[in-house]
Amino acid sequence: MKIYVPADALARALGADAVAAALAAAAAARGLVVQILRNGSRGMAWLEPLVEVETPEGRLAFGPFSGADAGALFDAPEAHPKALGLTEEVPFLKRQTRLTFARVGVIDPLDLADYEAEGGLAGLRRALAMRPEAVVAEVADSGLRGRGGAGFPTGIKWRTVAAAPGPQKYIVCNADEGDSGSFADRMLIEGDPFALIEGMAIAGLAVGADKGFVYIRSEYPDAIAVLGRALALARGAGLLGASVLGSGRGFDIELRVGAGSYVCGEETALLNSIEGKRGTVRAKPPLPAIEGLWGKPTVVNNVLSLATVPIILARGAGYYRDFGIGRSRGTMPLQLAGNVRFGGLFEVPFGLTLGEIVNDIGGGTASGRPVKAVQVGGPLGAWFPPALFDTPFGYEEFAAAGGLIGHAGLVVVDESADMLALARFAMEFCAVESCGKCTPCRIGSVRGVETLDRIAAGDGTAVPLLRDLCETMRLGSLCALGGFAPYPVLSALDHFPQDFARAREAAE
Amino acid sequence: MPEPSQTNRVAEICQAHAGREGALLPILHAVQAEFGHVPSETLPLLAKALAVTVAEVQGVVSFYHDFRAAPAGRHVLKICRAEACQAMGAVALAEAAKARLGVDWHGTSAGGVTLEPVFCLGLCAAAPALMLNGVLAARVDVARLGEMLAEAGA
Repeated sequence: MKIYVPADALARALGADAVAAALAAAAAARGLVVQILRNGSRGMAWLEPLVEVETPEGRLAFGPFSGADAGALFDAPEAHPKALGLTEEVPFLKRQTRLTFARVGVIDPLDLADYEAEGGLAGLRRALAMRPEAVVAEVADSGLRGRGGAGFPTGIKWRTVAAAPGPQKYIVCNADEGDSGSFADRMLIEGDPFALIEGMAIAGLAVGADKGFVYIRSEYPDAIAVLGRALALARGAGLLGASVLGSGRGFDIELRVGAGSYVCGEETALLNSIEGKRGTVRAKPPLPAIEGLWGKPTVVNNVLSLATVPIILARGAGYYRDFGIGRSRGTMPLQLAGNVRFGGLFEVPFGLTLGEIVNDIGGGTASGRPVKAVQVGGPLGAWFPPALFDTPFGYEEFAAAGGLIGHAGLVVVDESADMLALARFAMEFCAVESCGKCTPCRIGSVRGVETLDRIAAGDGTAVPLLRDLCETMRLGSLCALGGFAPYPVLSALDHFPQDFARAREAAE
Repeated sequence: MPEPSQTNRVAEICQAHAGREGALLPILHAVQAEFGHVPSETLPLLAKALAVTVAEVQGVVSFYHDFRAAPAGRHVLKICRAEACQAMGAVALAEAAKARLGVDWHGTSAGGVTLEPVFCLGLCAAAPALMLNGVLAARVDVARLGEMLAEAGA
């Protein structure tokens, strides 16, 4: 009997290790021989820990599972109170199009044979048989854009690095996933680390880089541990090293751990951090593609961008490009978070409306109260009110509505949320995390907190000042931290003016 | 002046990372893992090993939230302050923690618990989240936090 219990950090934070131990003990007490495998998460947070049992018909799901549910799984599985039926038939999963996350929650993350049996390494094998320019062209033709948030076409970035002169080039994976509401990078690394490794190897072969770095945040201890073991296994199996899969072409990856700085998720700050410096932002140009790590041409891509490359190579650019809308091609792993009934990861082609995502997929709020707003794209993303729920999920579509999709994290708040307090938090966060290099961000964020405190105290004359300050930060900051912090602030002010007038009205 | 044993251990750590490009962050992580903080006496040793100035090392240490200039308490409690956790009661959870421990952010209680803010642990679909002594917990309410601190003997 084969039983799956996720070792994903979220499942473990909800007691998955105790569940695994209880299942082992209950099986032993009944004299049953069971194999307990630790997989990634299927991404349905409200059902975690989600236990699965393999049957000839497919896997049966049970959740949210606790240690007390273990005995019944062996004694009367059909009548188990936590039974959910076949995993693949759970509506939240059935409605998805899993390309990047096809194997997450399905395979043993550290079993290379399992990885290969589920389609892994097909992309790398094909890439090894192609000319590097053709690999770059395939990625460009797929329409894949940077999944970290900026949305820059991945193929164009690769082409720039491939064309840049110099014997030493680098592939840098940005796994500094600091945005609140985002956890796709973490889930991918914990659930299918070889997909990232394979994607980086393809990138290295395509642009002529023999060295890669993964920069992962220290707040992700489980992901760090899984990736470290996966890298060692990949080296042992010849997937990484002096001759990738016996091709005679070399590529290796080094894991670097951040140290609690949000701004290091900005690509130039990240490069400085890998170099062992303060994580301050660099002025662009020069682009990292021309002068990146130690001044060498460098591809900097997000985890999801790189982990999507293998399936593009395996299935072809057209297969991927045929999903999506407008200039947003392929699928996006949406992350539903905060006060949401059905939170988790939902990979789907671009194009659903925000309302469909929040209400149909997310099921509205966890509290049962009306949705007040949704912050899309992390702490620097705009708050969307229900009035904008007809906005289709795509890069240009969200920009046109005054926001950004960022890394596709969505944080739902209910009507009890105080939008002035959340606007203040955005400025406070910016002040705490500013690298200090540019004045609009370093000073502006502090002044922003003060100005919002004046508004909170009933000083309505501070509102125009706040708008003026946001304009300065937006136009004058060196990077997205100071430049985008005005998004949550101004969207809160524009869509929820009543939250900014409460003290003033009370005084009058 | 650093103690001789400290000097030796720092030299070993630097040696273990010799030849690695941009080794300062990995070295600082190793130093902190060894001593529980980055002792100021070790900065000149690190500067010498990496052929940079003490000011540069100090600048890096002070830039990153993770690196401590002084040891933390016996227990470290990190509570997420970010938006997704706020949406599920993180502000009240943090206030309860401060009241119980009698400290503000970055303070260490009489019982030896250091309270730190953290901006996202990646458990946003099961908020609010925290980390106690390196162990993650999700969907934590005030009662559960109290149990966890009691179990830890804090």
